[in-house]
Amino acid sequence: MKIHKYDTVIVGAGGAGMRAAIEATKRSRTAVLTKLYPTRSHTGAAQGGMAAALANVEEDNWEWHTFDTVKGGDYLVDQDAAEILAKEAIDSVLDLEKMGLPFNRTPNGTIDQRRFGGHSRNHGEAPVRRSCYAADRTGHMILQTLYQNCVKEGVEFFNEFYVLDQLITEEDGVKRSAGVVAYELATGEIHVFQAKAVIYASGGCGKFFKVTSNAHTLTGDGQAAVYRRGIPLEDMEFFQFHPTGIWRMGILLTEGARGEGGILRNKDGERFMEKYAPVMKDLASRDVVSRSIYTEIREGRGCGPEGDHVYLDLTHLPPEQLDAKLPDITEFARTYLGIEPYTDPIPIQPTAHYAMGGIPTNVQGEVLADNTTVVPGLYAAGEVACVSVHGANRLGTNSLLDINVFGKRAGIAAADYSQKADYVDLPENPAEFVVSQIERLRNSTGNERVAELRRELQETMDANVMVFRTEQTIKTAVEKIAELKERYKNVAIQDKGKRFNTDLLEAIELGNLLDLAEVMAVSALARKESRGGHYREDYPNRDDVNFMRHTMAYREVGADGSETVRLDYKPVVQTRYQPMERKY
Amino acid sequence: MATPVMDKVEAQSAASPYITVTFRVRRFNPEVSAEATWQDFQLEIDPKERVLDGLHKIKWDLDGTLTFRRSCAHGICGSDAMRINGKNRLACKTLIKDINPEKPITIEPIKGLTVLKDLVVDMEPFFQAYRDVMPFLITKDTNEPTRERLQSAEDRERFDDTTKCILCAACTSSCPVFWNDGQYFGPAAIVNAHRFIFDSRDEAGEQRLEILNDKDGVWRCRTTFNCTDACPRGIEVTKAIAEVKRALITRRY
Ligand SMILES: Cc1cc2nc3c(=O)[nH]c(=O)nc-3n(C[C@H](O)[C@H](O)[C@H](O)COP(=O)(O)OP(=O)(O)OC[C@H]3O[C@@H](n4cnc5c(N)ncnc54)[C@H](O)[C@@H]3O)c2cc1C
Ligand code: SF4
Ligand code: FES
Repeated sequence: MKIHKYDTVIVGAGGAGMRAAIEATKRSRTAVLTKLYPTRSHTGAAQGGMAAALANVEEDNWEWHTFDTVKGGDYLVDQDAAEILAKEAIDSVLDLEKMGLPFNRTPNGTIDQRRFGGHSRNHGEAPVRRSCYAADRTGHMILQTLYQNCVKEGVEFFNEFYVLDQLITEEDGVKRSAGVVAYELATGEIHVFQAKAVIYASGGCGKFFKVTSNAHTLTGDGQAAVYRRGIPLEDMEFFQFHPTGIWRMGILLTEGARGEGGILRNKDGERFMEKYAPVMKDLASRDVVSRSIYTEIREGRGCGPEGDHVYLDLTHLPPEQLDAKLPDITEFARTYLGIEPYTDPIPIQPTAHYAMGGIPTNVQGEVLADNTTVVPGLYAAGEVACVSVHGANRLGTNSLLDINVFGKRAGIAAADYSQKADYVDLPENPAEFVVSQIERLRNSTGNERVAELRRELQETMDANVMVFRTEQTIKTAVEKIAELKERYKNVAIQDKGKRFNTDLLEAIELGNLLDLAEVMAVSALARKESRGGHYREDYPNRDDVNFMRHTMAYREVGADGSETVRLDYKPVVQTRYQPMERKY
Repeated sequence: MATPVMDKVEAQSAASPYITVTFRVRRFNPEVSAEATWQDFQLEIDPKERVLDGLHKIKWDLDGTLTFRRSCAHGICGSDAMRINGKNRLACKTLIKDINPEKPITIEPIKGLTVLKDLVVDMEPFFQAYRDVMPFLITKDTNEPTRERLQSAEDRERFDDTTKCILCAACTSSCPVFWNDGQYFGPAAIVNAHRFIFDSRDEAGEQRLEILNDKDGVWRCRTTFNCTDACPRGIEVTKAIAEVKRALITRRY
């Protein structure tokens, strides 16, 4: 075991982690621990764009953007945070441009902007061009640009280091962050990082679904690490299902395709979104479009022999436009489906895409131990966190924005804190939990296999807690997850070695997914209403009287060692906007 | 009841898209043996699936010790460049049907970088070469503009191709010059220098060109086009290298 000491430790090197690192490195001695090489992070998969009311191509302002964000989130958004997001959007896009990001340009040389779902002029009048983009690889360019600037600033990375535990020292009832424990993939060695401030920027957890746009590595390690140590998780029942994933594979085809004029059609060729969202049509918010697609499928208007998908039609768009604006996704259709988007419509279905919930933070990125108490020295930003700027449903292009705005804020706040704070003493035996977890898996002679349990988990999640949910389906999922958690105790791995033991890490990642799936299902069961990404067929309406509040899920360990999820609730911050019915 | 046998067989083959393929994988684990060996795995797989899906089938159902890097599974993270049937490709962007599945499919680590275990190589020298070309925008303006810097659509287009790079190392590790001499910067580093040299906003082109004028720089390139063939992002790598060479001669870019 090795012990390291840093002022600031950042967990994750995606967009949020590297944006934080650029700030923190200038102000404090900083280490970035990341399980992937930074440029492999899933921010690089983002296609469509980053929202900011630059008003480069038409009238726009941050107040309209704030409103759209609050409405898009079905009013579960904390409005003070949404206002910060929309205001600071403008500088965060300009920051990236100055760092070198090659945005697409207008004829006068300014940053070009395009339409995206749910973004409108003057509170819902018509779609507005607010998304700043670099072809359909905006996330790739953000990730590359941030990495380039990390190289420039000399950021210190520990690549292929997996953070497996959060160290918390509790004194007089006050929880403080003492550091993290990491596992080095190349050697199997365990490293304890003592740090005055820790920032989680470890991304999402979409891999508990089968059809998903998320990478294999998005297994919610950060959420699980803090949850196990008594930090709550907020709004985990809210997961976004993106309307246009490649049929059966889940690979994303950006909403920018519809922003450029693409149309969704059922088997009769009908542009069905006109029925469900007369004004915004194909560009209504994602939860609305995903439900509409499944309604078409359920009512027998799906395409293909099994009627289990619909089409994204780009055939009326000029090939030059597809080549210039959507080169990557048209290539995906060719590579993975053998389909030529110039001439044929693309089979799509909704795909599990984005976790609105996560580690609760305030607008400085400080993690909360309950509804109000900050955990000194602990921060989170990006998809792992819940500020909450996305509420019950995130608008497209608001996440690349979130990681930049709140990554920067968390980086500054954490470094400032670590400049004035002292180290917190490490617990007696800091690596104990990780060592015992690894030893148990290495020595297990059980008969359960990681891959099988993960398959069963993904199948139950897809079947029971996806776009449509009912009491019955969620209960089925809760029971299945409990069974899988039991069986997980008997999981065994084949690779017993130290070097690059990805067999071992997949087993640990599965444990994290199981914990988070349980939190999601239990939170969903209790929310007896429909709001944003959480749709209950047995409670089809939003219920502001009983459920205009954030879910806070805590892990409870009984005297007999049994684990349960305890739910509590937190008020939503409302400033200017009163909840209204959401129409697009 | 007399059911014609042929129909049954036909119906079955129509229902099941699966075929049997052999994956012949180069295995190496110094914890076990100092020697690398070939190991065959038989798989039932839909030919429309990816080589990566095949590797997962092995790892998840047959042999958990098989080790490779991967993340996104659709060709954008650059984790899984490997030598498939002797050519550098991304396992997640290569469909089984496209690589002659009647014969055993050989899978090896990319060449020229030290193999650490199975398909995992040491990427550090690759990233070091990248860092050495100063891969970040350098400007000299003393007072930064308050808004964005302006750039015409044409100027933006000038370096579009080289912004697509995902640092997968397929190009560099397909280059015979790099195999023979690991000191050569390699195509990927030159691609990333190109991305800045031809960006109208950048003001350090001269410095970057000097770095690449080095004995281990662009002049080592022998224009074998392996890199261009290997690039999963369709970047015209050899052309980018040629443009850097020309810029070195003309000092115009
Ligand atoms: C296909 C796709 C397209 C998208 N398109 C858009 C878009 O157009 N616009 C938009 O706004 N949003 C988009 N999104 C959403 C957005 O891209 C993501 O929410 C955002 O990039 C997440 O960034 P992040 O920095 O929080 O996490 P990631 O980029 O996922 O980074 C996570 C980091 O954490 C590290 N990590 C994870 N676990 C550990 C651990 N245990 N120890 C150490 N390190 C760890 C990883 O190595 C990685 O570096 C898209 C998402 C997807 C999947
Ligand atoms: S130029 Fe192409 S092959 Fe080379 S590293 Fe970049 S993406 Fe990979
Ligand atoms: S797994 Fe990301 S490029 Fe293949």
